[in-house]
Amino acid sequence: MTSASLASSASTDTPNYHDDLIKKFVIAAMFWGIAGFLAGDFIAWQLAFPVLNLDLEWTTFGRLRPLHTSAVIFAFGGNILIGSSLYIVQRTSRVSLFGGAFLGNFIFWGYQLFIVLAATGYLLGITQGKEYAEPEWYVDLWITIVWVVYLLVFAGTVMTRKESHIYVANWFLLAFIITIAMLHLGNNPAVPAIFFGGEFTKSYIVWSGVQDAMTQWWYGHNAVGFFLTAGFLGMMYYFVPKQAERPVYSYRLSVIHFWALTFLYIWAGPHHLHYTALPDWVQTLGMTFSVMLWMPSWGGMINGVMTLGGAWHKLRTDPVLRFLVASVGFYGMSTFEGPLMSIKAVNSLSHYTDWTIGHVHSGALGWNALISFGAIYYLVPKLWNRERLYSLRMVGMHFWIATIGIVLYITSMWVSGIMQGLMWRTYDSLGFLQYSFIETVEAMHPYYIIRATGGLLFVLGALLMAYNLWKTAKGEIRDEAPIGLDVPASAR
Amino acid sequence: MQETLERNGLLLIIVILITIAVGGLVQIVPLHTIENTIEKVEGMRPYTPLELKGRGIYVREGCYLCHSQMIRPFRDEVERYGHYSLAAESMYDHPFQWGSKRTGPDLARVGGKYSNAWHSAHIADPRSVVPESIMPGYPFMVGRELSTTGLQAEMEVLRVVGVPYTDDMIANAMADLQAQANPDMGDAEAMAGRYPKAGAGDFDGDPSKITEMDALVAYLQVLGTMVDTTSYQVGPDGR
Repeated sequence: MTSASLASSASTDTPNYHDDLIKKFVIAAMFWGIAGFLAGDFIAWQLAFPVLNLDLEWTTFGRLRPLHTSAVIFAFGGNILIGSSLYIVQRTSRVSLFGGAFLGNFIFWGYQLFIVLAATGYLLGITQGKEYAEPEWYVDLWITIVWVVYLLVFAGTVMTRKESHIYVANWFLLAFIITIAMLHLGNNPAVPAIFFGGEFTKSYIVWSGVQDAMTQWWYGHNAVGFFLTAGFLGMMYYFVPKQAERPVYSYRLSVIHFWALTFLYIWAGPHHLHYTALPDWVQTLGMTFSVMLWMPSWGGMINGVMTLGGAWHKLRTDPVLRFLVASVGFYGMSTFEGPLMSIKAVNSLSHYTDWTIGHVHSGALGWNALISFGAIYYLVPKLWNRERLYSLRMVGMHFWIATIGIVLYITSMWVSGIMQGLMWRTYDSLGFLQYSFIETVEAMHPYYIIRATGGLLFVLGALLMAYNLWKTAKGEIRDEAPIGLDVPASAR
Repeated sequence: MQETLERNGLLLIIVILITIAVGGLVQIVPLHTIENTIEKVEGMRPYTPLELKGRGIYVREGCYLCHSQMIRPFRDEVERYGHYSLAAESMYDHPFQWGSKRTGPDLARVGGKYSNAWHSAHIADPRSVVPESIMPGYPFMVGRELSTTGLQAEMEVLRVVGVPYTDDMIANAMADLQAQANPDMGDAEAMAGRYPKAGAGDFDGDPSKITEMDALVAYLQVLGTMVDTTSYQVGPDGR
């Protein structure tokens, strides 16, 4: 089924795919991606050198951090997710986009407006104060409209398909769109102050205290589970088989891990609230399901990696495939680390420390960003109708720069996180706490520098990518020796 | 089953919706219905208007991104920060500010631990009092007059979502705010009558006006002080 539906998308009666729309999403993803990486690296340097907060209200860590997280998750991740999903759904359904260019453009521009409204709000201090759900009520309402149109267009395309079966990538993408809608509505109900004659930009969330905490992490963890996992698995199920030119390894495995993932993920939120005032029964449920989640997560990883069966040699000559495969590897690593950290005894050490930050970035940089890079490298020559990328050697260079950056990031955060967690609980021989809090902050300094350096490498890699894509779009091809052959250009 | 779902988009959407709804329903709904989710304690009251405005600044500046307000029941945390946090202590917090990261220390019980002068100096220029600190400085809060636009509207909204502000409290919001920030400017006793144990004083050392610093310090000074934890007894159910 899988290979058949992929092959048939190349049949002669090709529908009129809306690829100009996908181009816009790809450009927006690169633009916001670089902006978001830069913001992230800047705040990483702020933690090493606080003078970089500049003593201005718009440039403090507290206001820039939501800017960074929203820019990379929702602006970079969101644009490439929506863009690639609309690319995938047209081809795997063998039908033109439901709603056509008009609704497609509404989604694109509506989504960019959401990003701009949210981001400018953060800088001005307009925020709900809920992590990863900072936008105020009017921005929340706007994105709800855009998202419903997105669901309509995506589901409409699926339902008007010319293929008898719905391709596996689309199951994941549907689950992503539906779940994000549910989470957004559940986490954000608020009463605007303007209803009582107050300020337009201020509202209060209806939930409070312990219920708000649970709802927030039900949302927060499943933003990871469905935005950053299910959505990107949808990407994996299209681009990995395409680039490797191999069918998906196991249809059965994809069915099992899809339903297991969608059912189990929702329960994992309480692991963000271990040992808090959240009742123990919820914490235990959250931990149990988080550990179980390891299995469907690895089901996806195995299905992705094994798709390369018989095509492993391509890794030597195809750096784009390298991005895709490495991303699945990082996915496997961070979905092993996640369940580990959700175990209460481990969490008692890791919670509140940089270990969590490192874990998030092994997923975000290693999995989400690398697979996005791979997908974009795949898409750009196709969308701009070019023979191939400007330079494959630059793709190879980008791969290593980014990977070394990620490794520096993750390892430094492991050390600083575990070290700080241990320092907080260290007692001296007389039974007093050994370290004051500020001593543990001081100890972080070298690791913050290493982390920020890793981040800088990641930014540089993305800039190299942007240059490569720019040249590709212009139709240029760099004169270079092919990858994998140890023949210098001069000897050819 | 899978065969049917793969051929019917609408059915697939419905089954996905059911599958993803279960976990949240099981974990969230009971928190609103099970009575001992929030402990019965004495002393919890709504924030005073000044504290409320200070909390707004705390949220605006994203303090929760580096400071938690949730002390876990571990020996080292209880010794470092005080009694572990109770669910009841954030029952009027819209939104909750438990946080998820301690780049700086926990603030759940920071109230009363440092003087007003220390807080003002620390917020304006953290490294003037803690040389190794990596906290951003907030010099712009010094002397910036506190905006009280929409103060009463915000209290009305909070009443709608469950905070027990009375008509009396809302009617006297401005008077209470002034009285708390500068007892010479109003009736601090009447204010304390509406908000038991609320501390009044000139928080930022500048009696000429009510500033953002006044509000933020007032908020920090009330954190963790409402409930008398020494009298709190763990019930037979462990809560």
